[in-house]
Amino acid sequence: MTDDRSDGRGSQLLSVERVSVSLAGREVLRDVSFEIRAGEFTGLIGSNGAGKTTLFRVILGLQAASEGSVLVGGRPRSRRNPMIGYVPQKFLLDPDTPLRTRDLVGLGLDAHRFGVALPSRTRRARIDAMLEAVDARGFADQRVGNLSGGEQQRALIAHALIAAPRLLLLDEPLANLDLRSGHEVVALLARIAREQQIAILISAHEMNPLLGVMERIVYLAAGRAASGTTQEVVRTSVLSALYGHHVDVLRVHGRVLVVAGEAGELADTSDPAHTQTQVEIIS
Amino acid sequence: MNGALAAIVAPGFFASAPVQVAAAVGALVALVSGTVGVFTVIRGQAFAGEALGDIGTTGESGAFLVGVGPLWGLAGVAVAAAAVMELIGIQRPRGRDLATGIVLGAGLGLAALLLYLYNVDHSASGATFTILFGSPFAISSSTIPLVVAFAVVALGLMLALFRPLLLSSVSPELAAARGIPVRLVGGLYLLALAAAVALAAFTIGTILSTALLVGPAATALRLTRSPARALLAAGLIGVGAMWLGILMAYDSYDWPPAGHGWPVSFFVVTLILLGYLLAGIRHGRRRRDGGRRSSTLRTTALERPGD
Repeated sequence: MTDDRSDGRGSQLLSVERVSVSLAGREVLRDVSFEIRAGEFTGLIGSNGAGKTTLFRVILGLQAASEGSVLVGGRPRSRRNPMIGYVPQKFLLDPDTPLRTRDLVGLGLDAHRFGVALPSRTRRARIDAMLEAVDARGFADQRVGNLSGGEQQRALIAHALIAAPRLLLLDEPLANLDLRSGHEVVALLARIAREQQIAILISAHEMNPLLGVMERIVYLAAGRAASGTTQEVVRTSVLSALYGHHVDVLRVHGRVLVVAGEAGELADTSDPAHTQTQVEIIS
Repeated sequence: MNGALAAIVAPGFFASAPVQVAAAVGALVALVSGTVGVFTVIRGQAFAGEALGDIGTTGESGAFLVGVGPLWGLAGVAVAAAAVMELIGIQRPRGRDLATGIVLGAGLGLAALLLYLYNVDHSASGATFTILFGSPFAISSSTIPLVVAFAVVALGLMLALFRPLLLSSVSPELAAARGIPVRLVGGLYLLALAAAVALAAFTIGTILSTALLVGPAATALRLTRSPARALLAAGLIGVGAMWLGILMAYDSYDWPPAGHGWPVSFFVVTLILLGYLLAGIRHGRRRRDGGRRSSTLRTTALERPGD
């Protein structure tokens, strides 16, 4: 999709330009391009295995692109880029691990520094303010390994945000949350994007929880991407071209269903409910 | 009152030179082991710690055979083994146990040969016992500077690396995303672990060194929630067990068979186990209160789809 936006909101923050990645001989991403501007809420939507995590790793500089480039703030990204905050998908801690929510947030502030963090009033105040901002005061002194999924997400968001990034990447934050916690996390992120002008790129295999807040969408399928507003991208013609065969985009009660005509070809085995019906719901 | 005290602290305890050396060296070693051990437990590298201690048998018996200081032999072999583990792939979760196991097997095979050669040469089995089970009362005061040097290296590394190491240990992914050189930090940590294990093996024996490394740390994890406090608690628990163990071993000269004090290591390791179990009673009560939450978290974690 073309990216000629005339609203001029925010400066260009992240520019992914024609990125291709091959892992073990398999092309995971092919010719992926999109841009993110300051304060924008962008959803990175694609089924499992579409290449979402690989794309994040490229943006974070943990995975080299075979072709193309990633520009952060108009420049090639450096190894430690304080402009980008990251919330990973997998964060499993033993409940015995001596790490409270406030310790995790404190590490967000200065984990790259040598030595032990000396307790100071300003440091504590900054951590408390951050905990407050993500509604985490109630479990500030709990061990992270004892938190519920939604609480852990908020702790990780605080860990990333306290370093004052301009762009926040979240890898499938809703994947293991119940509907209510998921809604809370999305609302929190939308508030952060609006109030602090932080751009948000959130990956998900389901776009519906994000429809109300998502300003732009990057739709990944089979390693290729289409980007633009939801109206521009989530259309029968665009997604059919992306998938390489016909798909229908249905809008039902404000929800979007992407349905493939031929079952099996795009079998999304991650959800057994999908395979029981003849139609294939991709997103 | 004085009578009761005399019954616990045998006359001459504090004036005895071997006791003084054992108490000083033991405390320093326990402090190092406890602090390093907290990260060993968090990183799930207890097996690597155990292996480095066991392999120390090779180094110490080699040192006996060649006639250099045992601490040099222990540390040299531990550092070399740590380097080999790192190269084979201890940084990958699955490679960790394999790398450790392979290095451990090779090291112990060599230890068997060295001990055999030494015993053939000296027709004395005392060295084997000292190497395996330690003997703090036999520590010469001349090794104190070397013990201090090793302790400074290990503690210095832990203090310097504390924050990057903590983040790398709880989430290598988060640390890497922040630009922390996770592998370098892990390698330097292995160096500190090798120094700590060498010190522990020197004091309470190669096969008991893990108890001092993992025991106080695991106990501390049951008692504290903050990482810095866990380091402090583990160090103090280790020192407490060490000193009490030395006191009891000194008292045991009067126990049957009289005139041969029981091994200090036995008391230290038993005290550490008791401390761990006692902490478990308190911990279990607290855990039942919050048990429901952690079990739901575990369930959701298992269902997490991979991407």
